[in-house]
Parts: sequence; structure tokens; C-alpha cells
Amino acid sequence: MPTTAAYLIITALLLGAPAASASGETIRGDLDHGGEPVAGVVITVRSEDQVVAVAESAVDGSWEIPVPGPGVYQVEISVASLPEGVALRHPDRSVLSSVEVQAGQHKAVVFPLGERVIDRSGALARLLNLMAKGLTYGAIVAMASVGLSLVFGVTGLVNFAHGELVTFGAAAAWFLNASAGGPRLHLLFAVLPALVLAALMGAALERGLFRPLRRRRTGNVALIVVSIGLSLLVRHIYLLFLGGAPRAYEQYAVQAQQSWGPISLPPKDAVIVVVSLGVLAAVGLMLRHTRIGRAMRAVADNKDLAEASGIDVDRVILYTWVLGATLAGLGGILLGITQTVQWDMGYVLLLTMFAAVVLGGIGTAFGAAAGGLIIGVTTETSTFWLPVEFKVVVSLGVLILVLLVRPQGLFGLKERVG
Amino acid sequence: MDLVKVLTDSLRVAVGVPAAAYALAAVGLNVHFGYTGLLNFGHVAFMMVGAYGTAVTVDQGGPLWLGLLVGVGAAAVLGLLLGIPTLRLRADYLAIVTIATAEILRLVARSNTAEPITRGVFGIQAFADPFYDLNPIPVGRYGFGSFNFSHRQLWVILVGWAAVAVALLLLTALMRSPWGRVLRAIREDEDAARSLGKNVFAYKIQSLVLGGVIGSLAGALLAIDTQAVNPDTFISSLTFFVYTVLILGGAGRILAPVVGAVIFWFLLQLSDGLLRGALEAGWLGGLIEASDIAVIRFALVGLGLVLLMALRPQGILGSREELLTDER
Repeated sequence: MPTTAAYLIITALLLGAPAASASGETIRGDLDHGGEPVAGVVITVRSEDQVVAVAESAVDGSWEIPVPGPGVYQVEISVASLPEGVALRHPDRSVLSSVEVQAGQHKAVVFPLGERVIDRSGALARLLNLMAKGLTYGAIVAMASVGLSLVFGVTGLVNFAHGELVTFGAAAAWFLNASAGGPRLHLLFAVLPALVLAALMGAALERGLFRPLRRRRTGNVALIVVSIGLSLLVRHIYLLFLGGAPRAYEQYAVQAQQSWGPISLPPKDAVIVVVSLGVLAAVGLMLRHTRIGRAMRAVADNKDLAEASGIDVDRVILYTWVLGATLAGLGGILLGITQTVQWDMGYVLLLTMFAAVVLGGIGTAFGAAAGGLIIGVTTETSTFWLPVEFKVVVSLGVLILVLLVRPQGLFGLKERVG
Repeated sequence: MDLVKVLTDSLRVAVGVPAAAYALAAVGLNVHFGYTGLLNFGHVAFMMVGAYGTAVTVDQGGPLWLGLLVGVGAAAVLGLLLGIPTLRLRADYLAIVTIATAEILRLVARSNTAEPITRGVFGIQAFADPFYDLNPIPVGRYGFGSFNFSHRQLWVILVGWAAVAVALLLLTALMRSPWGRVLRAIREDEDAARSLGKNVFAYKIQSLVLGGVIGSLAGALLAIDTQAVNPDTFISSLTFFVYTVLILGGAGRILAPVVGAVIFWFLLQLSDGLLRGALEAGWLGGLIEASDIAVIRFALVGLGLVLLMALRPQGILGSREELLTDER
């Protein structure tokens, strides 16, 4: 069942990553067979043929063995202790001879049990699945990028701290939902207050930092450098409070996959696509048909003309920051749901968001959304042909290519590029 | 808290090899950003190419001097590759392309695919022994009291700062020449320079290659000092540290990189030392742990950069009249 693999991968991600503040190295793992935990299996850890420790897997299939320190260990699963009808997928790999444990690491080790089911689907199904995954990722990128593009449109600022707004939403929701010191709201109830906080953050950045700087006629290049300093500052404040390890929300962290025809996804991915597309459509309608939306587009088009026709430009810019930060925050929350919450998640996403914005045409909200979807699907689908480690490289390659071939983007106007 | 020790430690770091390497990198960036007005956000790519050029060549069996040449050559090629298609773009677009290129290079260097050459995430170690074999300084420690260096450290420090001095002399001469005047003209007003018949594009390319080559030497210096290259040393934050150094000193001033690097590292180490001292003395309660200090250092750099740009964008040496950051 695909669930097994997904579960193993997620637990490996959650628990296998080095925790910044943890001390006392361990080797750990989860045993399950077709989605059912396997208890009572004996695992032995050796160091240079000396037995370090022996443990049995618990009722939930998990096991964890403390080791004396960083180093290389041999981990053996006792085949004899496996229950009736459960066998190793690779019978020759009951001993893992060089498991490297780093300082402070809780090293996750996987002993796959039972038949592998995931690869039975054909190439076409795999491609379709990747595209569906890409659609989820793309929807998130699209939503997070709209703010970046809008802020650029109305102020001309390329905001290198936009990624930190993404992290802010995710971290705020994590604090409300899963932090030990937080109110521990259900995730669905944590989203709204987290978005309010994100909106306030956007407003604070504009009122407290960027508006005063604009008043002093600080140039665009200087503002970009300011946004970089801001990004560095805020990101490391997150690191202080969140720690280096990935954090998961209390709800929806692990979900069984569901099949729709050849595509199988966790249901949360489908919800994310629907929510993002809905929000994007709402933003689009708002930009087209409401007063403030039209004012935003007018300011983006020509600031002086907009000001001359009686639009309060400062107010429009403030609202744009609020809107952009809220969308970025929502994108962050959704990203936290599909993956995990991490202090640098937004920063990692930043260049992908640039790619989306530039692809769609910088300064246009619609372009950013379309660009995000295209980038998401392209990068995920690229893993069909390329190693997964080149995912970001692909999106950055697209970014550079677009800038070289069509710098105004797919939907931008030519004269926007000076 | 031993204040004298904290201060001498900070002084040691302020003249140490990383400071020299940052100064050298900032000299290169000064050519780009300070004199030509190019918003190069991928400076770390040049440093990385310099470091890896050296390390990989030695790792594959070549001599160290050839490694340095390979690094420099690769940086020149990177400058051309980066410049030819992108220099016609607007400043902020150039910033995005350069930072993206730097990330691509880093991700490729740490990938499994490139592992046979770059040794992936573990990087390459112990390749600079020939450099240390050349050390003419007799074994021992040199300095006054606790402000002292081993003969080995002193050797790298001397070579590093000598490289900075040579680069500065070269730059002084270049910037007094007609060539340097054209660069500054491009920074001030590209169209004006063009209307005088100057080939703005060619000058920009030359600037990018020259600054990139200097940056690659800085990368090689860092690599030789630690005898190690690792892809995750060359993250984009390094570029922005170099920007902080340059802007602190005053972009567009010859001595800015040196002043900036020394003060930057002094302040960084000072804040580290003070925090650590306060932590050990128990003044901070349970507010932070020792592992947080490295994080706070990054946050402080960010804060410093914001305050610097907001309050004194011309840096220590710059003048407000010749401020290059206020248009476009």
C-alpha cells in the first residue's frame, strides 16, 4: 500500500532530521507491514562487533536505541522474531553494516517489510501522480507569490524578505496549534488567527519600515538591501524560537492516500488545491471589481497618475502589503500541512517564488498565480526524468531561461522591463 | 567576564584570515556594485568556483598552483556566461539571475550526480598542504600576550592580506585610469555613458569578470585556510555578509572592503564574546543557550544591514553626494 511508504518517509523526515538542541544520539525506526505496525521484533545495534544495545519494537511498531555517541554502527533486525507471514522485502538486507550517526542525531533506519506495492503502477500513472503533486505544490507557490508580485507592482520593491512572511504564517499557526506553550487550537481554528497575525506583520513592515524609508526617498537598490537584512534578521529569530528541527501540525500531518482513478494522493492535497484556487479566484475578482482592487491596479500601473486622480497611494500600498502578507501566510500554512514547518521554509521557497513571478510577468497578480502553477507542475514532473535533488535547479533554470528569452514574462507588458 | 580576553579575541579575529577573505571578496564586489552599480547577488558563486577549482584540481591529482589558475579561469568564464545574457536586464533582474545561478551551482555541487568530482555534501579536505610547506616562518607563536598566532596561521594571514593589498593597488590604478572613469560614469548614468559612444555592455562584462576573479581568489583563500571545501559554506547568506562588509565600509571607496571587513569581524566576535561571557556569568538567566549564540550572530548581521541602509547608507567612508543606491 502506498500509505506505508508515505508513512515511513514522513516519520523519517520528522524524526530523522538532526535536531538542533537534542543531545544523546539514538538510532530509531518504525516497523510496519501493509500499514499495520509490527511489534515485538528484536533489533540489535553493534559497534565493531560489540553489541551496544538490543531493543524490541513497541506496540506502535516503533523502536529506538540510544548509542554512546556519533559514529558508525551495524544495525540488525532479527528475522526469527518477525511474526508469522511478515518477511523482509530484501531478505539479504537484515544487517545494515554502516549506519552513520551524527552528533545529536536521532538516526532513522528503515527495514522495509512485505512486498513493495508502490511501483506496480505504470510510467503514465507515475507521471500523472507527479503532476497532481505538482498541482498541489504549484497552488501553494501561486498563492505565496501573488503578494510578492503585488508589492512589486505598487512599490517597485523586490522584497527578498517575502519568504519570511510565508514562514511567519506557518509558524504562527504552529504556535497556536502545536506549540507546548500555545493554546493548542485545532488547526482549522488556528488558521484564522494566524492569518490575522500575518496581516498585522505585513502592515507593521510597511508602516514601521518601508513607508518611512520611502518618505526619505531611499532608492530601490537600497530597499532591496534592506529587505535582505530584514530577511536575515527575521529568519534567525524564527530559528531561535522554532529550533532547527522540522515541526508538524497536530492534525493532518500523516494521512492515508486516497485513489482517484490512477492518481492517489492524501485528501489534504486535494483540499489544498481547492482552497488555493478558490482564494486566488477571489483575489482576482477583488482586483477586478472592488474599489480597492482597482486602486491597487491603478497604482501599479502609474503611481503619479493614480495619486493625481485622488487615490490615497499610501493607503493602497498598506492594503497591498496586508493582502500580500496574508496570502503568503496562508501559503505557508498550506506548505506546513503538506510538508513540515521549518524556520527557513519560506527562504527556501523564495527563489521558486521569484521564478513564478518572473515567469508570469513581474507586477501582475494573475501572472504570478499562473507562473506558480506552471513552476509547481514543471518542477514536480521533472523528477520523472531527473533526480529529485535537481528540483530547485529546474525551477531556477526556468527562471533564468524566461529572463533571457522573454524578460517581461508570459503575461507582462513589454515596457515594464526598462 | 574577562573583558580583556574578549577584546583581544575580537582583535585577533578582526585581522584573521576570514576577515582578509571577506575583504578580498568585498574588493571584487566593490568593482561590481561600488564602481559599476551592478547588483550582483550571486557573488558567492565566484567564491565557490575559486574554492572548488582549487580543491577539485588538487583532488584529481593536479598541483596547487594549477588549482588556483583553474579557479580563477572558471570565475572568468562564469563572469562571461553570467554577463553576456543578463547585463542588458534591469538591476533587480540581474540580482535575481545571479542569486539563482549561485544556488544552482551550490545545489549541483552537493548533488549525488556531481559526487565523483565534488564529493557531494562532504566536500573535499586536506588539499592545501603544498601551500603550508612553503611557509618560511619558523615554528612558534607570534604576538603579544594572548594576542598571538601560530606560525601556520600567521602565514595564511600574511598571504591573505598581501593579496588584499595587491588587489587594492590594482584597483586604485584601474579606477584612476580612463577605464575606471567610464565604469563610474555607467554607475551614475548608463544612458549618458552610452550617448558618449562608450560600449556600456563591454565595460559591464569586463567589470563582472574582474570582480569575479577577485572574488574567486577570496574563495580559494577561505578554502586554503580551512583546508576544506563544502557546498554548504557557499550559501547566499555569504554574499550578503560580503555586502554588509562593503556597505559598512562605504561602497565605491577603495579602502571600504578593508575597513568594513575588520570592523565587521571585530563586532561579530565582540558580540559573540560578550554574549558568551554574559551566559557563563549567568546574567541572561535561561533566556538563551550556548547554541543560540551562532544564530544571534546572523540575526545581528541582518539587523546591522537594515540599520546601516536606513541610517547611513554611505557607510563609514562614503559620501552622501556620491551615493549609488538611490536610483533605479
